Amino acid sequence: MTLSIGKALNAALRDAMREDDTVLMFGEDVGALGGVFRVTDGLAAEFGDRCFDTPLAEAGIVGMAVGMAMNGFRPVVEMQFDAFAYPAFEQIASHVAKMRNRTRGAVNLPMVIRVPYAGGIGGVEHHSDSSEAYYAHTPGLKVVTPATVADAYSLLREAIADPDPVVFMEAKKLYWAKDEVSLPVTTAPFGTAEVRREGTDATLVAYGPAVPVALEAAAAAAEDGRSLEVVDLRTLVPFDDSAVAESVRKTGRCVVVAEATGFAGVSAEIAARVQERCFHSLWAPVLRVTGWDVPYPPPVLEKYHLPGVDRVLDTVDRLQWDDVPDPRFLVPEQAT
Amino acid sequence: MATTNRRRPARSAKSSEELLGFYRQMLLVRRFEERTAQAYTEAKIGGYCHLNLGEEATVVGLMAAIEERDYLFTNYRDHGYALIRGMDPGRVMAELYGRQDGVSKGWGGSMHLFDTDVRQLGGYGIVGGQLPLAAGAALAVSYRDGDEVVMCQMGDGTTNIGAFHETLNMASLWDLPIVFVVVNNQLGMGTTVEVSSAEPELYKRASAYRMESARVDGNDVIAVRDAAKLAVERARKEQKPYLLETVSGRLKGHSVVDPAAYRSKDEIEAVRAQDPVAGLHDRLVGDGVAKVDELAEIDAEIGRIVKAAVEFADKSPAPEVSSLFDYTYASPVPNDSRRLPGEALFPTEPGNQPADPLFPVGA
Ligand SMILES: Cc1ncc(C[n+]2csc(CCOP(=O)(O)OP(=O)(O)O)c2C)c(N)n1
Ligand SMILES: [Mg+2]
Repeated sequence: MTLSIGKALNAALRDAMREDDTVLMFGEDVGALGGVFRVTDGLAAEFGDRCFDTPLAEAGIVGMAVGMAMNGFRPVVEMQFDAFAYPAFEQIASHVAKMRNRTRGAVNLPMVIRVPYAGGIGGVEHHSDSSEAYYAHTPGLKVVTPATVADAYSLLREAIADPDPVVFMEAKKLYWAKDEVSLPVTTAPFGTAEVRREGTDATLVAYGPAVPVALEAAAAAAEDGRSLEVVDLRTLVPFDDSAVAESVRKTGRCVVVAEATGFAGVSAEIAARVQERCFHSLWAPVLRVTGWDVPYPPPVLEKYHLPGVDRVLDTVDRLQWDDVPDPRFLVPEQAT
Repeated sequence: MATTNRRRPARSAKSSEELLGFYRQMLLVRRFEERTAQAYTEAKIGGYCHLNLGEEATVVGLMAAIEERDYLFTNYRDHGYALIRGMDPGRVMAELYGRQDGVSKGWGGSMHLFDTDVRQLGGYGIVGGQLPLAAGAALAVSYRDGDEVVMCQMGDGTTNIGAFHETLNMASLWDLPIVFVVVNNQLGMGTTVEVSSAEPELYKRASAYRMESARVDGNDVIAVRDAAKLAVERARKEQKPYLLETVSGRLKGHSVVDPAAYRSKDEIEAVRAQDPVAGLHDRLVGDGVAKVDELAEIDAEIGRIVKAAVEFADKSPAPEVSSLFDYTYASPVPNDSRRLPGEALFPTEPGNQPADPLFPVGA
């Protein structure tokens, strides 16, 4: 059947709740309204008080989930938007991430924090943040971000079944992306990147909302006779070093495409790991295409902020195809 | 703790004039918001957009209670406050459009109307975000021994977030000149006060902080003004915080895009029956303060103001792309760090192609 990512997430929640009655879903307006992106649509009707509305209290919501996870439940909580998870950040960074370690394994926290994230829907500040780096930077959390319909279903099922806390990041602009799928579907497990398009000349590493951009860029490059491979990370933590390195060793060039701001971002981590593992295979520096290092801009400027196909192709063009050192890769004093 | 919910006796000529003035202001909010909804559906406004429809008496009554020297913080449902506080309707509309001539050059948008000239120090898009900030402003006033008061508006749902407790506690502990106003429109998005608040009579929460509080009919502009004035004067003279709850309704969805499917027909009818603008209209006519066609003339005049605001916004240009980096820091920080030396920021913009023939664009 043809399904959108939003509907696949809804199906994953429903199936998990049917199979295991310790799975609960709660958050702001997830009941009658079905969540602002309708991901919890119909769950309150089917499961009654196992899917419920909370007061407007993110720190309380996540903290309650911790307490429930310590006591035999598998709570799934929804943060309405990326920036609304920040009031809960203290709980996430100080308790969710550290509980198991602090108690030396006396408790696991099998809980999922669902975070709609990233931009591209004219959503303005607070409603468009790519906040994955905060979570990925915090040991103890798993960070997952599906880019396909099948992954949306399978990775959410896996997140709910996982013994560790998972920050499940749902790219807003992909909620309506559709694909053929038959449910239930099981895709590769956490920590496995997927090659979404094979290529030989350069590797585009992407995740979440950047995956369709990378694929579109690869299709456009193919028309110009350049063969780009696209790797979809799927989970940022755990990170699939070997799949990324294998691809870059094959192609010898790498561009990381991410929507988040670049400085100290996940994209920087990926670039560092690629050069650590693939230095002798690289024909050019690892480059990044990211959002600019500015607060998320208003809708009319959004298109300039988000890495689009043109910026990806332009960056690919800079990968020293003629094997001539690019003066722009030198520090300014050397260049003159 | 007093519950003010009283009807006013027959009024003098002065109060008739005042009432007409309030009607004019309420109508400005009403027509501006209706036009805003239309502009949103025409895709001229992006992002999220929350209207004051149904809260006109509350907005106008509150703004009548504070003075020019006072400060105002609000949540994202802030257009009406900005208009009555004195921001130019054209510049407010341009801000909603995300245009260059908006009060924040288009970067704040609907939820973050900000203008130091009228001492409105922001709408805030994060629920509860404005609370500690407003208390901080009041603490600053207190340090300076100033005589300004801070008014901090919020919604009913906001009383459940942690910042509410933290802020009210400190405000009371430190005797800050601040009036917290809970605009109880009975819904936080689709969740009712009863579903989200263990003490649904929200003004009573102040007692946990030994703070004076009252509840007032938010559809009665005079009642709101009087109750707010009392609170403001108390804050000014006695340096004591105050919590005022106004009870009204939301005529439309939470934001322009919300069809509010979670509400029953009966609920919506009940809110409509309380429509503060229609209510004041009928009261003015009934009390013989104004004739129907006089009020229609005011409406026409407001219509012209709103039309001019839209025309102003329509003509205003989008912010320059190059302004993306302008205001992130006060001193130079190379936050366009993805750019390599000699490279255009936006190579795909016309005229920005890199000069270097080695690296043509789109080769
Ligand atoms: C911290 C945070 N959580 C969630 C949201 C999403 N959200 C925006 S408005 C709103 C409801 C707020 O209701 P209320 O305080 O009653 O204000 P009203 O919209 O009725 O004016 C919610 C849940 C947000 N903006 N910030
Ligand atoms: Mg409300």
